Amino acid sequence: MKETKKTYWKGLEQLSNDPEFVKNADREFPELPSMISEDGNASRRDFLKMMGFSLAAASLAACEAPVRKAIPYVNKPVDINPSIPNYYASTFASGGDYASIVVKTREGRPIKIDGNKLSPINNGKVNAIVEASVLSLYDKERLTGPYLAGEKTDWASLDAEVKSKVSSAGNVKIVSNTVLSPSTLKALDLFSESVGGAEVIMYDPLSNYGIAKASESMYGQAVVPSYSFDKAKTIVSFGADFLGTWISPIEFAGQYAKTRKISKERPEMSRHYQFESNLSLTGANADYRSPIKASQSGLAVLALYNILARKAGATTVSAPAVEVANLEKAANDLWASKGASLVVSGSNDPNVQTVIHAINELLGNNGTTVDFSTPVHFRKGDDAKMNQFITDLNAGRVGAVIFHNCNPVYDHPRGAELAEGISKARFSLATNMTMDETASLVGALAPDHHFLEAWNDFEPKPGHYSLSQPTISPLFDTRQAQESLLVWAGETTNYYDFLRNNWETGLYTQVATLDSFQTFWDKSLYNGVLALEREGIPFSPIGDVTEAATAVARTYSADNSGAELIVYPKVAIGNGTFANNPWLQETPDPITKATWDNYLTVSQKWASDNGVTMIEENTRKASVTINGKKITVPILIQPGQAEGTFGLALGYGRTKAGRVANGVGVNAYELLDASAGFVNFDITSGVTVEVTGDSYKIARTQTHQTFMARENVIQEATLSEYKQDASAGRYKPEIYKEGEFIKPSKISLWKGHQYSQHHWGLAIDMNSCIGCSACSVACQVENNVAVVGKEEVLNRREMAWIRIDRYYSSDAAADDLSGLEKASENPEVTFQPMMCQQCNNAPCETVCPVAATTHSSEGLNQMTYNRCIGTRYCANNCPYKVRRFNWFKYHDNTQFAGVNVAQNDDLGKMVLNPDVTVRVRGVMEKCSMCVQRIQAGKLEAKREKRKVKDGDINVACATACPTDALVFGDMNDPESRVSKLLKIEENSTSALKEVNEERAYHVLEEINVSPNVWYFTKIRNKDKNEA
Amino acid sequence: MLSKRSLVGVPLKFHTLALLFFLFLGGQVFAADPAVSDSEEAISAGKSVFNANCKTCHKLDQKAVGPALRGITDRRSIEWAKSFIKNSQAVIASGDEYANNLYAEYNNLMMPQHEFLSDADLDNLLAYIEYGDKVDPAAEAAAAAAAGGEAGAGGGGIPTQYLTIIIVVLVIVLFLILVVLGLIISILTKYVNKQDLDETDKEFVSQKFEFGKVFKSDAFIIIVTALVVALVAKTAIDGLYTVGVQQGYAPTQPIAYSHALHAGTLEIECQYCHTGVEIGKSANIPSANICMNCHMHVQNVQGQDGISPEIQKIYDAIDNNQPIEWVRIHNLPDLAYFNHSQHVKVGGIECQTCHGPIQEMEVVYQYSSLTMGWCIDCHRQTEINAQGNEYYDKLVQLHSDSKDALKVKDIGGLECAKCHY
Repeated sequence: MKETKKTYWKGLEQLSNDPEFVKNADREFPELPSMISEDGNASRRDFLKMMGFSLAAASLAACEAPVRKAIPYVNKPVDINPSIPNYYASTFASGGDYASIVVKTREGRPIKIDGNKLSPINNGKVNAIVEASVLSLYDKERLTGPYLAGEKTDWASLDAEVKSKVSSAGNVKIVSNTVLSPSTLKALDLFSESVGGAEVIMYDPLSNYGIAKASESMYGQAVVPSYSFDKAKTIVSFGADFLGTWISPIEFAGQYAKTRKISKERPEMSRHYQFESNLSLTGANADYRSPIKASQSGLAVLALYNILARKAGATTVSAPAVEVANLEKAANDLWASKGASLVVSGSNDPNVQTVIHAINELLGNNGTTVDFSTPVHFRKGDDAKMNQFITDLNAGRVGAVIFHNCNPVYDHPRGAELAEGISKARFSLATNMTMDETASLVGALAPDHHFLEAWNDFEPKPGHYSLSQPTISPLFDTRQAQESLLVWAGETTNYYDFLRNNWETGLYTQVATLDSFQTFWDKSLYNGVLALEREGIPFSPIGDVTEAATAVARTYSADNSGAELIVYPKVAIGNGTFANNPWLQETPDPITKATWDNYLTVSQKWASDNGVTMIEENTRKASVTINGKKITVPILIQPGQAEGTFGLALGYGRTKAGRVANGVGVNAYELLDASAGFVNFDITSGVTVEVTGDSYKIARTQTHQTFMARENVIQEATLSEYKQDASAGRYKPEIYKEGEFIKPSKISLWKGHQYSQHHWGLAIDMNSCIGCSACSVACQVENNVAVVGKEEVLNRREMAWIRIDRYYSSDAAADDLSGLEKASENPEVTFQPMMCQQCNNAPCETVCPVAATTHSSEGLNQMTYNRCIGTRYCANNCPYKVRRFNWFKYHDNTQFAGVNVAQNDDLGKMVLNPDVTVRVRGVMEKCSMCVQRIQAGKLEAKREKRKVKDGDINVACATACPTDALVFGDMNDPESRVSKLLKIEENSTSALKEVNEERAYHVLEEINVSPNVWYFTKIRNKDKNEA
Repeated sequence: MLSKRSLVGVPLKFHTLALLFFLFLGGQVFAADPAVSDSEEAISAGKSVFNANCKTCHKLDQKAVGPALRGITDRRSIEWAKSFIKNSQAVIASGDEYANNLYAEYNNLMMPQHEFLSDADLDNLLAYIEYGDKVDPAAEAAAAAAAGGEAGAGGGGIPTQYLTIIIVVLVIVLFLILVVLGLIISILTKYVNKQDLDETDKEFVSQKFEFGKVFKSDAFIIIVTALVVALVAKTAIDGLYTVGVQQGYAPTQPIAYSHALHAGTLEIECQYCHTGVEIGKSANIPSANICMNCHMHVQNVQGQDGISPEIQKIYDAIDNNQPIEWVRIHNLPDLAYFNHSQHVKVGGIECQTCHGPIQEMEVVYQYSSLTMGWCIDCHRQTEINAQGNEYYDKLVQLHSDSKDALKVKDIGGLECAKCHY
């Protein structure tokens, strides 16, 4: 990088310039695995086979076309018109995650999930898991009906069995993840009454019990507060991955991005400190990140408390000294932005969270950025109760147990104990949708509907309500769990009426409305959300921090020499509930860029001490022993991993999830410890890690499609530099021509296009892109992108149209080897979404021998699959490496049936977007800028005889993006958001627009391919340019 | 049948049905009731009421599902007509003889109620029935003659039949010349043979034309081979181009449904059944409930008793909740995106442009080739229907310098990603 002197790299092999890496990077397409038999005699037979194939193909083509039927409805529903999508507001809620959504259906089939813009919580945005959850509806491994003692039965027999057994069993327990639904809670109450009292035990696989417990000791109420990252000028996080997985990541990412949007008019942004062991998505976005050991984290929190207490004149607590970089600086910034700062911690230790509460109290954040008066209900799990339940179950004290859509055998640390204990209950039942680890052990199964088939209501926060409604008739003979509860409770109303009655007698009476109930209900259902005016009562502390501080000082140590394992959830796989979803399995982890696996993340130093090198996908395995439990996992060297710590992801190692997830990775839940009364995700003692001799391949995409170390792909500056010069960090290449230096765009071989009507463009703000991958899953769903599976990812044949390039960087010069070595201990991270740049001077178009890729009059680079003959010249000539080749027929192919379920079984195919062709073998494909959406939006405008309004058309990636980092629009329309962002003033039809925004740049501007995708420089809120 | 009707749980959304039962007393000249307005506004307002409510079953001067309507105010009083239109069953129930005769004559077919029509609507409707769209026999004959004349004069220069005659005459003339030339040769040969000739001249005169030599000559073989190869290649290529082209495809449908009857004779609008044509990609094959809008009342082809076996199939479909499996005629490959509303609603293209004379088809066949060349040809020639559509304003303005009209090809209508994505 000429201006910044930084060195950027995508993987350690690139940093060390490994020969294997160079070889692969040189080659557009990796070496093919040998397909033809090594046996020399086979060539003649191969020739005959080929000839036979061609003959057969020719004669087949000459056959009469098959008779196709056109089958209309007998009685067409008024609202369903073939080819016209319908949208229904609904709600996603699973295992403590929540999102208000809008479901797109075609011909009665849900095919896409977007966020509900009316929701104040997720504001129209989604994340990868919510986006992908539509595929789980069409999982053919879902239970197709009720079971009794392993035999399929009918609902009447099941109901009779439940009614006769449950109340006589005595001591009934209902186990569930957080239940957000008031009506479900009411149904549970009714059921509980009917059996003479049943205890509902909630737990969450990703527990935030520590926060609730801390609130109880500090404020007297066990609640998880609402956080407002948008109001914070200084954000300090101790291991909380609030952008990726912590509590309400979609909401927090949206809030956070608001503080990171920067412009000349408002050159301000929040400053974010992260203290953590694993390099998390949130840590990757921090301005200052300090790797610390988990065993130190409690002391770091105490140290921060003491610094702030001294500033505030409050009493300090006694704590062992700990050396943590940037802590003092963070404290100063926090103090300077009192009342507009926020300190959070990802720890589940109630004592640490109590100190965090106290810190926010010292900073006056209670009531501003931390709101206890509007607690969130997503995480109501109670680790202590769950612990007690498992103990009771194993002691044979539980009569009947009902698992309500939860899988504790897999996702609770004491799952193995639980598995043994289930048989000790006289009656056990699960309402799970699939025959998972828990469901396969219970006596009776009453499978629930998928959430897209069911009615329900939700109360994510007090005063915030949302509804979910069926978007398709039940596919199988399943029954909504709430309905089952009502039946077993002897109620005669169905759940829909029950729900409506609850709203009529409850919410409707609280809302000041003149509407009839029917109108009120219809409006609520249409909107999907309902917010009541509500005045929260602020909390004031009643507890004291001393006791908690003493406990923290006792539990944590400044200099633990042993190995530590920090177990974390991944952005795409989360708690593992949706592990059987291939879209999520193939989404590369934002940081490691690994797919289809979990692995032990280790520091560079540990790796070199133990002689482990990782080149491309090749690595070795390690055995991890924790208090007697031993697992073997592959090693992944992770820059930024705190020394002495190891990371391992949850959500893998499923044994009964289904054909996609079974046997992928190892289960980290069973390593966790719940003995201290809460589920501890940081294992700081008794960990030994040993390298085994086994070699292994991790399918990582990070070094695929590399830019060959070209400069200026990433352009960045610090905030202070930006304030002085808005174009700081920009690389402005110039070309020498006839005695002067001119911009590359001033000379061209081509005449240049004219776009008379539209000129579609995309502006990507690298400052707000957090790398969460919601866009790439959204693209996969929208554009029928094939899943290729681990083997093919290893062969570098992943199909994603949009990838998020993750670059590490450091100040050290490229030849300063020891500096670079050090840099990889804690590098800066930049995310760059990369898709087809829709070049105006597209290099791919000029080399296609059959004109299968051409330019449109709206600035799009079109790809015509039916014309493509697969020469792959275009991919070779693409400087951005965004073209994908169909090496196989991924649909209707048993070889890919296990991974590409959306294109290989009849049920899975229901999720395909009917407006986008499923590509065959031998053709090239790439981002089309959602041309089907552009065409649909234009047609809508034409039919209404009006112009296309900005916002009518949006691409799938930008729609999903929780931080609004991607903005799509018509650059010919001076009123469009994209024109305003780019400051395009002239109103011309030329393809070459004069962009006045100083931060905006083209990747590889010097080659003047003139993309229609613009990037905005990354600005870091740092004092000086330092790693 | 009544039980069957009640099984149809379809709310009749469309009030487009009207079965007016009036007897047409043929041949007489009507002296229209002076109470019926003959103002232009009333007639045109009446026409839209008629088109929306009556047209499906009635015509002005011809019997259709219901009787021809013109002259009604002559035959009955205006009050009677209005009350009958509003609620025919009430009039029949009142014992009105005329009404009961009508009801019987038209197989006891019920006309739906039209209570929603205002008195003004009814006045306008009657005005249209009396004075609207009158066909003047003389004018019609003149128009037909004009059309015929145009057809005769078509083709620009020489009409085709003359062309054939000219060619035939030319062939005859050439043949005569050939015969004459042959005669001349034989006469000359005879004459020359009588002369005293030397050897070389004799040889020259008596030489025979040897066909065998010609057949064996290289030039001949090469030319013939080339011709055969070219012919075979042309046939093969033409054949390959027609692979998958189903022009003329007219499969037997599960119901012998006649477009000639419904769209032709009865003049039912295409959109009435093909509901998606203006709003979506698919035009939609009508669902059985749409058939039932009319066939609840119409149980047989005009004038026949009982239930037609073909119409019975609709009732069976409804009763058994089994959809009718029509055979799809127009099959575009999945890789091509075609949207009806773009062409019909936005472009204002007539259905017949692509589907041919559908109103004359007893059995529907694929009229156009539906090949990409066919699409492209049309996109090259068709002008944009930009009138009053703000979407096209900028394009029209930018194109205003050009002499040629703004065509689909000028606004990207030939680009790949307009149809392939």
